[in-house]
Amino acid sequence: MKLKKILPQFLTLLFIVLIFGFFTMNAQENMDTRGIEFGFGFLKQEASFDIQFSLIDYDGSKSYARAYLVGLLNTLLVSVIGIVLCTILGVVIGVARLSPNYLINKTASVYIEFFRNIPLLLQIFFWYFAALRALPMPEDASLLLGTSYMTIKGLYTPAPIWNNFDVFLISLIISLIIIFFFNRYAKRKQEEAGIQYPKFLISLGIFLIIPALTFIFGGVDLQWSFPELKQLAKTSFTYEGGVGIPPELIALTLALTLYTATFIAENVRAGIQGIGKGQKEAAASIGLTPGQVLKLVIMPQALRIIIPPTTNQYLNLTKNSSLAAAIAYPDLVLVFAGTAMMQTGRAIEIVAITMATYLTISLSISLFMNWYNKSIAIKEK
Amino acid sequence: MFKYLKQLTSLVAMVAVLFTFTTETMAAKKSKTLKNTQKKGFVRCGVSQGLPGFSNADAAGNWTGVDVDVCRAVAAAVLGDASKVKYTPLSAKERFTALTSGEIDILSRNTTWTLSRDADIGLTFVGVNFYDGQGFMVRKSSGITSTSQFKNGISACTNIGTTTELNMRDFFNSKGISYTPVAFEKADEVVAAYDAGRCDTYTTDKSGLAAQRTKMSNPDEHIVLPETISKEPLGPVVRQGDSVWEDIVRWSLNTMIEAEEYGITSGNADMMKTSDNPAIKRLVGAEGEMGAAFGLDNDWNYRIITQVGNYGESYKRNIADTGILPDRGPNELWTKGGILYVPPSR
Repeated sequence: MKLKKILPQFLTLLFIVLIFGFFTMNAQENMDTRGIEFGFGFLKQEASFDIQFSLIDYDGSKSYARAYLVGLLNTLLVSVIGIVLCTILGVVIGVARLSPNYLINKTASVYIEFFRNIPLLLQIFFWYFAALRALPMPEDASLLLGTSYMTIKGLYTPAPIWNNFDVFLISLIISLIIIFFFNRYAKRKQEEAGIQYPKFLISLGIFLIIPALTFIFGGVDLQWSFPELKQLAKTSFTYEGGVGIPPELIALTLALTLYTATFIAENVRAGIQGIGKGQKEAAASIGLTPGQVLKLVIMPQALRIIIPPTTNQYLNLTKNSSLAAAIAYPDLVLVFAGTAMMQTGRAIEIVAITMATYLTISLSISLFMNWYNKSIAIKEK
Repeated sequence: MFKYLKQLTSLVAMVAVLFTFTTETMAAKKSKTLKNTQKKGFVRCGVSQGLPGFSNADAAGNWTGVDVDVCRAVAAAVLGDASKVKYTPLSAKERFTALTSGEIDILSRNTTWTLSRDADIGLTFVGVNFYDGQGFMVRKSSGITSTSQFKNGISACTNIGTTTELNMRDFFNSKGISYTPVAFEKADEVVAAYDAGRCDTYTTDKSGLAAQRTKMSNPDEHIVLPETISKEPLGPVVRQGDSVWEDIVRWSLNTMIEAEEYGITSGNADMMKTSDNPAIKRLVGAEGEMGAAFGLDNDWNYRIITQVGNYGESYKRNIADTGILPDRGPNELWTKGGILYVPPSR
């Protein structure tokens, strides 16, 4: 009886061990035959190639490890911007989809059906090449919002030049801490004594006033460096000064956001529709306003339905950002699994590192979202 | 943590290598690659994804180009039929992995011979079939006629995974010019982005610039600047560890070049069998035992010349007549002022 239980498990284990053993041996043999070495020493070597866009200080004299970091940060940058934007857009479209207004409702439906049924790579190419062709050359660009220029070479905006930035940063952190404790206090007051504070307004006030004070007392100073047109040759111009945001980043963010938002919108719609009609009616019957019904009754329950599938969409967006390689946005895949792999020839090591990196990012997002999901779950008392 | 990562990655690595499923061993005296090629009945050749003049497929899927001709020459030598080649189009990024993993047996894809590639990553370069150098293309309307007119802030479109990225950095650094590299994975996107005006200049090997210029929406609007900023000897590559195969590819290329030197063409090779010059007779298989050392018959070089032609014919057919680079420049024979010089077949 006991043997019958253990035997299949033992055989499965044996099978897995044998498979891995076979793979390992074969791999080693193949690598030996071809004279391929294995090691990570190359990461310390000089990369000797430049990268278009970097969040940290980088040039070709830095190491491959540094180039990896540049690629990783660029991947995280586009993922974070994409996740924030697609969440906002997704919620708006999802709610619009349920609107009783025919026009709003249908517009949202058409948007969803259109963008989620076209392959993402195609959309990226569209936004990149169509937008590139449509955008003006630097010398023809008109002023946007009085300060910026949108050109084929990118979006040029004023760059902040800080004095005593660290003081400002500390004040920001302090204001966030105060807001956190204020909100805890306000929640307790409401639960204990039923006193309601205008939480949002007070929080916003704290967030604005404390950092603003540092300008007066902390010696913090902010100036702007504006982009200026510079002539490179007879018909060739660019902008100097300010910050240049490459069109590759803009196109990629746009494509990822518009594509992923459609799925999130459907999740939001499903979440809201998943809450029984009775809930809404009951809430209305005790005198809550429609805004309060949505905020206090529907959303807290709908979120539990919305979060798990939305986590998947966040993961998809992050992984899809690797399509960046097609349009020259220097993400992890283009920089590290592209250029660095070519220059070093360390295909196995680099692919392994890249895979491990994406796995880590995805699992981190997943863990965070699971934690969040747990924190908003209904707590049985 | 790091130790664990290393174990994990080595495991992943091994799985990756495994997927090539080969049964190669080092024991063979005769070339394993040759044996496998003869058994399969075709030569497995890695080429570019479309570079006119070097390796480019027409609408019917027929490949032409000087790089393609190297593979055809090998097929003629070892299989007796130059058309028995299976082409695998590869990006710059994929090419070496495809070769070292055994997916292809010859990489003939405008690949620059450098020390680190030759010594480091399990590859062996067998020769040079095109002497090239990196250059810059700009719009005519910009008024730029020399790289000395480049200014700080210039943006340059190029491909990733090539020596181009490294040369570009060396060049701009030595001139003290700040620049923005915009690097794409595929050449078609580089051309499209440069053509749209994303970059002020497009840089790659000059032969590549000449070839890609033909793909621009209006080729006459662009010029290639005269400066050459690097040496780019392009040539076929084989895997390390099969010296017989390496020799076959090397001498197939050498045969084409030497045939031109001795005036042997696909048209007159038959007549040359009865030439008075022993050097010529050796090149058309009429004297000596030139194939035996490779495990081939004696007509191997005769077949290369009759089926593919000599180097000059290949150049004329693919690069000169197509208007890409009518002037042979350094790719002329050493006897005519170029630097094509190969060891003698004897």
